[in-house]
Amino acid sequence: MRRERPQSFADYTPLFFPGLMLVVFFVVPFSTMIAVSFFRRDPTGFYTRDFVFDNYARFLSTFFGGVLGFSLLLAIGVAICCVLIAFPFTYLLTQRPRRVQTLWLVGLLSVLSLSEVIIGFAWSTLLSRTAGITNLFVWLGLMEAPVALLPSVWAVLIGMVYQALPYTILVLYPALIRLDPTLLEAARTLGASPVRAFLNVVTPALRNTLVATVIMVFVFALGSYLLPQILGRPQHWTLSVLITDQAIYQSNMPFAAAMAVFLVLISLALVGLTLMIGRRENAT
Amino acid sequence: MTTLINRGFSRRSVLGAGVALAGTLAMPAVLRAQDKSLKVGVYGGYFKDSFDKNIFPEFTKATGIAVESVAEPTGEAWLVQLEQAAKAGQAPADVSMMSQTSTIKGQATKLWTPLDPAKIRNFGDLLPQFVSKYPDGTIAGIGAVAWYITLVTNTDTYKEAPTSWAALWDPANKDKLGLLALVSNSFLLEVTAKTFMGGTNALDTEEGILKAFEKLAEVKPNVRLWYRDEAQFEQALKSGEIPMGQYYHDVTGLAAADGQPVRSTFPKEGGIQDSGNWVLSRASTKVDEAHAFIDYMSQPAIQGLMSRKVGTAPTLKRAVLDLTAEEFAAVSSEIEPILPRYDLYTTKSDWLNQKWTELIAG
Repeated sequence: MRRERPQSFADYTPLFFPGLMLVVFFVVPFSTMIAVSFFRRDPTGFYTRDFVFDNYARFLSTFFGGVLGFSLLLAIGVAICCVLIAFPFTYLLTQRPRRVQTLWLVGLLSVLSLSEVIIGFAWSTLLSRTAGITNLFVWLGLMEAPVALLPSVWAVLIGMVYQALPYTILVLYPALIRLDPTLLEAARTLGASPVRAFLNVVTPALRNTLVATVIMVFVFALGSYLLPQILGRPQHWTLSVLITDQAIYQSNMPFAAAMAVFLVLISLALVGLTLMIGRRENAT
Repeated sequence: MTTLINRGFSRRSVLGAGVALAGTLAMPAVLRAQDKSLKVGVYGGYFKDSFDKNIFPEFTKATGIAVESVAEPTGEAWLVQLEQAAKAGQAPADVSMMSQTSTIKGQATKLWTPLDPAKIRNFGDLLPQFVSKYPDGTIAGIGAVAWYITLVTNTDTYKEAPTSWAALWDPANKDKLGLLALVSNSFLLEVTAKTFMGGTNALDTEEGILKAFEKLAEVKPNVRLWYRDEAQFEQALKSGEIPMGQYYHDVTGLAAADGQPVRSTFPKEGGIQDSGNWVLSRASTKVDEAHAFIDYMSQPAIQGLMSRKVGTAPTLKRAVLDLTAEEFAAVSSEIEPILPRYDLYTTKSDWLNQKWTELIAG
């Protein structure tokens, strides 16, 4: 099938609806946010229309730099953990009979129906001293006394990976199921073990999919603000937590907007960088 | 009180016509009451439900003024809405329940119609902190609801109740505390000042505030949870996971009455008393009805009713109330309270917030 370039105006009509949605649900709100980020904060009220850089200037400090750095590292960590777990898992899943696959996918979809609040509270119970998993270890004789595994950065990471994992699998699944089976057969015929075939044939063949998945999970994890509060200490609060504080509790919309714009720009830059590196490597 | 506001917005029950009509039929003397009504803004959720059920119908019965209650959104959004509506000559609510900080912010633009103390019979019995004044001495707001944040403990972990807020600083309590996460709702600067610096006047200067921050930083190793969502702490307190912290006195008392191993203690420095005012928007024309409402709400009998039914601390002197010792202790205490320095949260809000965030998250 050959794809033809659109010839007439009418050929573009299918784009109108998605275009309109993009304008209504992305361009307008995002532009409003950019505009508000330049407004002047009025401590006695809300804000006044203006064009000042105060909100950005306040953000440029080591404190907020540290928070931003932590948020990015956490999101990258979550993305890498998710792909490391989900990729082999999805690969093995696609090797199973159809019925088994369906059951697993239904199970994963049902995890998606859990809200962030439920996930947070469930993990905080599971990692607690009084009712948590360490009680089981004590019963098995592996530990002396139950301990609390939260708040900690690991608890935050576990909670966020748990939340993002079903998405990761669902994104990887179509690519893996469509992977040409003859590739693997050829590798096996030439004497590669299953593990070697997976690492040396399947993984490189899906490199672009993997990069795209890492980016998707990264962006997804960057917006998390509830799990770091429930499972972490204040040093593990992400920039999203501080944005919420400013917007809701301090009524400081301009500063919250400036922080949000900054977060979006930094993550766009990171995504761009990743894609650029990927393209250069593909070219060589 | 974020704890109660955050419990979600309730149905917007309009008491209007039905109740007013029932009232007028029962009491022919107030037939004119049909066209007497008042829109009252109340914190959405728990407060609005309780007032709709227990308080407003009684007010309508007594005065013939129908109340239409309006659920206020959280935070300062309601102040901003009232402000913008007033500029257009509109009043989304005549009388509103308003946090102390927002009451002060509204004063800056003269948003509140000054109230006449002569029309409020129990004005003289109000505790001084429940009269909010303009700089010229006229009255901007009258106390509506008050509540205490106290030192709470799990009774299984702590056999003896602590006696002082200094327990928060005790190295023996490492990693055992749950404290509120925001400078503007935990009031821990005031607690620090009252406990270690001789009183909240120590916060008058920036040096004083910085000293309080320094002292407060010593608490950090003891804090396991800085909470925004009180369900998170309440559960952990009950299970003993986090056995000590600051929490709402009335809610803790209810949990203890349910048989949970928790207790609320008024430390010798006093519990933290937070509150909200009744204020009248300058765009409202219902000045007489508003005074009748505030007068009614400030009666000893109604304050008693609110303490029993809603769990709020009375705004009037103990002597004029009809509460039994037990009923009074369930919502209040005669130990002098720690009063938050609301003025700081209007004049230095961003600075305090920044220092606070750096303190706990740094």
